[in-house]
Amino acid sequence: MKKEKANGYLLLSTGDVFEGKWFGAPPTGEAVEGEMVFNTGMTGYQEVMTDPSYAGQIVTFTYPLIGNYGISDLDFESVRPALHGIIISELCEEPSHFQAQTSLSELAEQFGISGLYDIDTRALTRLIRQHGELYGKITIDPQEAERCKVDGGFEAKWRTDCVASVSGRVIQTFEPASVGSADAGAVAVDVPHVVLIDFGHKKSICDALLQEGCRVTIVPYDTTAEQIEDLAPDGIVLSNGPGDPKDVSFVLPTIQALADHYPMFGICLGHQLIALAHGCDTVRLPFGHRGSNHPVKEVASGKVYITSQNHGYTVHEDSVPPQEWVVSHRNVNDGSVEGIEHRIKPVSGVQFHPEAHPGPQDTHHLFKRFITQCMSTGEKSYA
Amino acid sequence: MPKFEHIKKVLVIGSGPIVIGQAAEFDYAGTQACLALKEEGVEVVLVNNNPATIMTDHEIADRIYMEPLTVASLSRIIEKERPDGILPTLGGQTGLNLAVSLSDAGVLDKYDVILLGTPLETIRNAEDREAFKSMMQKIGEPVPESQTVNTVKDALEFADSIGYPVIVRPAYTLGGAGGGIAADAGELLAVAKRGIDASPIGQILVERSVKGWKEIEYEVMRDAGDTCIIVCNMENMDPVGIHTGDSIVVAPSQTLNDRQYQMLRSAACKVIRSLGVVGGCNIQYALDPESDQYYLIEVNPRVSRSSALASKATGYPIARIAAKLALGYHLDEVTNPVTGHTYASFEPAIDYVVAKIPRWPFDKFPLADRRLTTQMKATGEVMALARNLEAALLKAVRSLEIGADHLWLPHLSSLSHEHLKKGLVDATDERLFLLAEVFRRGWRVADIHGLTEIDPFFLQKIARIVELEQALATYTWEDVPRELLTEAKQRGFSDAWLARSFSVSEHEVRSRWREWNRAPAYKLVDTCAAEFDAETPYYYSTWQGLDEVEVSQAGKKVLVIGSGPIRIGQGVEFDYCSVHAAQSLKRNGVEAVVVNNNPETVSTDFETADQLYFEPLTAEDVIHIADKEKVDGVMVQFGGQTAINLAAALADAGLHLYGTPLVSIDRVEDRDLFYQMLRELGIPHIAGTGVHTEAEALAAAEEIGYPVLIRPSYVIGGRGMVVLYDEQQLRQYLSELQQWASVEQLFPLLIDKYVAGKEVELDAVCDGEDVLIPGIFEHVERAGVHSGDSTAVFPSPSLSDSHKQMIADYTRKIVRELGAVGLINIQWVWDQQADVIYVLEVNPRASRTVPIVSKITGIPMVDLAVQCQLGRSLRNLMMEFEGGPEAEGAVGTVGYEDTLGLMPDIPYYAVKAPVFSTVKLNGVDPALGPEMKSTGESLGLGLTVEEAMSKALHWKEDVNPPLQKGDAIFLSLSDGDKADGEEIVSHIKVLELEVSATKGTAAWLEQQGVEVQRIIHDVEELRQWISEYPEKPPLQMMCITPTRGNDAKRAGFALRQLSLQYQITCFTALDTVKAFLGLSAAAAGIAEVGGTTGAREPQPRELMEYGRLAEKNREKEGAHI
Repeated sequence: MKKEKANGYLLLSTGDVFEGKWFGAPPTGEAVEGEMVFNTGMTGYQEVMTDPSYAGQIVTFTYPLIGNYGISDLDFESVRPALHGIIISELCEEPSHFQAQTSLSELAEQFGISGLYDIDTRALTRLIRQHGELYGKITIDPQEAERCKVDGGFEAKWRTDCVASVSGRVIQTFEPASVGSADAGAVAVDVPHVVLIDFGHKKSICDALLQEGCRVTIVPYDTTAEQIEDLAPDGIVLSNGPGDPKDVSFVLPTIQALADHYPMFGICLGHQLIALAHGCDTVRLPFGHRGSNHPVKEVASGKVYITSQNHGYTVHEDSVPPQEWVVSHRNVNDGSVEGIEHRIKPVSGVQFHPEAHPGPQDTHHLFKRFITQCMSTGEKSYA
Repeated sequence: MPKFEHIKKVLVIGSGPIVIGQAAEFDYAGTQACLALKEEGVEVVLVNNNPATIMTDHEIADRIYMEPLTVASLSRIIEKERPDGILPTLGGQTGLNLAVSLSDAGVLDKYDVILLGTPLETIRNAEDREAFKSMMQKIGEPVPESQTVNTVKDALEFADSIGYPVIVRPAYTLGGAGGGIAADAGELLAVAKRGIDASPIGQILVERSVKGWKEIEYEVMRDAGDTCIIVCNMENMDPVGIHTGDSIVVAPSQTLNDRQYQMLRSAACKVIRSLGVVGGCNIQYALDPESDQYYLIEVNPRVSRSSALASKATGYPIARIAAKLALGYHLDEVTNPVTGHTYASFEPAIDYVVAKIPRWPFDKFPLADRRLTTQMKATGEVMALARNLEAALLKAVRSLEIGADHLWLPHLSSLSHEHLKKGLVDATDERLFLLAEVFRRGWRVADIHGLTEIDPFFLQKIARIVELEQALATYTWEDVPRELLTEAKQRGFSDAWLARSFSVSEHEVRSRWREWNRAPAYKLVDTCAAEFDAETPYYYSTWQGLDEVEVSQAGKKVLVIGSGPIRIGQGVEFDYCSVHAAQSLKRNGVEAVVVNNNPETVSTDFETADQLYFEPLTAEDVIHIADKEKVDGVMVQFGGQTAINLAAALADAGLHLYGTPLVSIDRVEDRDLFYQMLRELGIPHIAGTGVHTEAEALAAAEEIGYPVLIRPSYVIGGRGMVVLYDEQQLRQYLSELQQWASVEQLFPLLIDKYVAGKEVELDAVCDGEDVLIPGIFEHVERAGVHSGDSTAVFPSPSLSDSHKQMIADYTRKIVRELGAVGLINIQWVWDQQADVIYVLEVNPRASRTVPIVSKITGIPMVDLAVQCQLGRSLRNLMMEFEGGPEAEGAVGTVGYEDTLGLMPDIPYYAVKAPVFSTVKLNGVDPALGPEMKSTGESLGLGLTVEEAMSKALHWKEDVNPPLQKGDAIFLSLSDGDKADGEEIVSHIKVLELEVSATKGTAAWLEQQGVEVQRIIHDVEELRQWISEYPEKPPLQMMCITPTRGNDAKRAGFALRQLSLQYQITCFTALDTVKAFLGLSAAAAGIAEVGGTTGAREPQPRELMEYGRLAEKNREKEGAHI
């Protein structure tokens, strides 16, 4: 039979304690902390684990069987997971899939991510939903668990500004897939050049742009407007990223400057930053949207798309200046802003993830639209 | 977008009687959809001739036609009702096909009826393999390549062009007989030749084989604004090769990664868009386990069995939403009724595991071919929810009611290695149990995967169950560690199994939980994985984690036990009763808690009860729910034999049973006690006794005198029942039964004298003192044919008033003696020669005929029964009921002085006819006998017995159409039947039928002055003759009555199989064929005279109309009918 796993504890800032079995990082006694969030996707645990937007968080999977199809080289959204912990009901140690290279627990072990399984994740999810803002701590120390119960919680040392830790440090350029494969090392000419500002980007955003035939240059989040202009882009994409957009407000002037000259498209945190840069406000959602089943209505067409989401903050609708901006997408369930568009300029942002991975590919067309904008309004002209 | 304002009246087509592949799921879907339409102010006209359904209740549709599902019948209804739209997507393939036929006949155009939901072209294209293929090719979605060929050479050429393996399907063979899979050209040479030989038209389809690939299903919805959502995806544990209806299915998919999940999701949206479906659609894929390659293997542009499963698995009511979409609503305009504050335009996230296991009828048909193929054989299914797959599987297994409380069947442990191997490769209904058995013997996952192609993920779960068993086996009940025992409960192990394996009683197991203060926790099904607040009263149990279900303590609360999976002998009628019981409780201010495990039904719609527990129907599971809910008591009368069988265990656990006391249940189920009671009451019963050994059986039969009727005790639907004519047959029967059951299981056996009289049957409501009998059914076939398989007329046309009075008196005596409260069903046989009426059987519960009686008399039997069980007197209830407003939409209620006892006959007739699925069950003899074989029933209503009977028999386009003058028939009658064949002879003469017959029957016919065109000497000769006419069989009807003793090896069996293969109307009981020929003669006679007589072609009428018309007739005649 399988090797016995050590017991571990999830301590909550409410004083609730869940006992489970430990996996992942060696149980050294060092407790990890993080904001408690839950993801309702039934597939895509690997993409979630490697999505940098979860930096610093402890992610609970609501689907009870996790790890079934293992871990594949193809499904990393970043080089290393940035989340702080994983909470699972049942962990599959013997994955079954033709592309599985390792198991989930091996991945967690490799990157030192702490995880607990055998946890009543539904009860935990209900707590997160009820409390909205909830912090957790994963420990193997039963005494600390006892203390948490007695004290009615613990002092959380939580910070939201994780962008710096997940943004790349160097500028990197990628050629579109078709060019790269046909002639290695060749540089495509006459293809749209998109600069992706990296606030902790998911690899699939870059892949989606490459798939649409763009050359993509990924730049660190603190790159200046001038440096970006020097790259001579046709358009700018602001990536997703972790935390509160106000923590990186120093980038807002850069965004303002670029938005006047380039087609711009923001995803998730990138969308929030475009909004903040143009006078909107962002607020924290009660317990965030995280999953692959969020309905979003495109206001103009009335069509509803099922989207992949992962955010704790949202653009406050009342703050959107109606003279210049329209709300292009709304969440069907809670009516929150899911997309904004400038009335004149080719600048827009969406709160959800059109790049999918995990989640539905329903809104991939937004990339196509953005690229059309790049080609018609960019600095280059296309015949 | 607002709804289509111009649609004010909609015709809904139901799916008709239950057959394999089209079961209770359409009652659930239809009921939901009709209510959704009514909610929008749309007038609903419903056509469905399945009387056992909720959807044909007057609360569900505005105008109800329980009329044949034929173009002629539908055309008249459309002409009369002038609906604005027709919604055919709720009635299964029957509904879709009828819509196409109506359109082809020009009826829809003529009356300007809009087809709602699915476009006509799509219905056609989804059924036509070639059209579907080209449609999918256009949108770039792959369909397995296939070609129809007539020679082996063409088959080889085509296979070369697409690559191997290929599957060969011969045209027009029964259940795909003669087909097979070929892995290379050498094999194809043989398989193609065999297939071409097997096909009567020498034609085969050669198709790329995706056998062994993962079978994945998606349930998609689309609205008129082109928004598409996936309600649920599902993965078949059994890979491609076994019909999804016969596969173990889990939801959501377990072994697909996100890219594959989304790839198939995107394809599903693409397909539903190209089909233009507004509403729901089921899409099935084959996915290569070794790559991302996939094929579309089936599309159902309508609600389906899978959509019902998906609805129950997620909580998302597909049929209800589909109906709203058909009216023009968009998904984001319809609220999600589960949360009440989110919208239908989202994709449910589930946070539990769902397992569905089919329920097969092989327990009834020991001679049937049990192998699972692409032809569905299951009659029903169970679903279980849990937090892990092992528990979901084990809960589902014990929901099946096949005598298994674990992945363990006693006879498997003696199977040889080779037997097991074969059983794994050629899957039967027992494969799931075989998997556990081979793990017990130490086989490895990889080897089993190689034999079964079942994904290792699933195999590991089964291995884990066995590992846990083995870990438990190292301990005794005294020293088994708490952790291990807890883990067993968390993985779904039953108390019954734990008790058996530790050799303790279930009581002891349960006291251990009490000692440890452990009980299952209950969690919510909420469509959203707890993301939003939901108050759906829809729960499942788990031994993992916290209980989140808060129990109300205000007022009275009653638990209604459901009836489990649909099986032969226990069909949708018991779901009807359970649903009505819950509704009645609610109306009477009592909280209704329902427990059931059948995902196809209305009872497991979370809107039916106040609280729904989706759980196995075992003592353990039910007692936990009763404890959890702190119910005042339990109602066991409405869930068929399933519920009655639990009565003792529930009472034993200290639960109060409403209605007929337990001791009385025993008094009618134990034959000795039963006969003793009848003797005391002075009610005649047939000579009979219970025996405990083979010697006793032989002696008893000798004493009673042959022929004898034999049956095992505590039966459902007459399993194992048979009429035997001499000692030799009895000996043979006993030795055969011992192959299927141990001696302990076999005995006691009941042996009765067989009396070939007329059978009559009644259902009554009683309060222990008084009794209300809405009427009496009379069976067309004489005793010896199971009541579920007999054609029955209501009210009885033959019984005299004094007979009826006698029956009513006996009934009252029995009810008073038993203190029966609620419903009671009594079956009688009237020995016309001796003029004695015997009691055959008393069932202290609801029966198959309760819904029919309720619908046609307007007496809400279940409602009255529930109120009686709650302590009200029938006398008071009837006073209120009589004074009630229009008597609840009753059609037959007429004034009568005494409101109790036997009600006066309704002034029109209802005929119930059995509907069979034998064509789908290889090896099953369709001959009628004491064993029930039908899966459903049709209802015909008429002002005369003939009109009602013709509607019941010819309930669907190609089923039992009346014979025309000069039609050709084939006869093979047993000697006993020949003696009684006078009537048949005269009908043959009137209809000038061309008769062919077996030798003996031909000789007899010639004697009777009937010219026999062709004498058939053996089965092969007949087969040869029929196969000469591939387009249309040269016979319009066959009648092959079984020889006494009913031996499958005899020619009659093979002859009847021929009728199934070539889809020729076939009767197997003399009385049925007499009635059928009589109807044909009447119909043919009328056609000739030009309708001048009083009789007419059957007229469809709205349910209420029968009462009114009959009333009018009565006034005209000025006489009491």
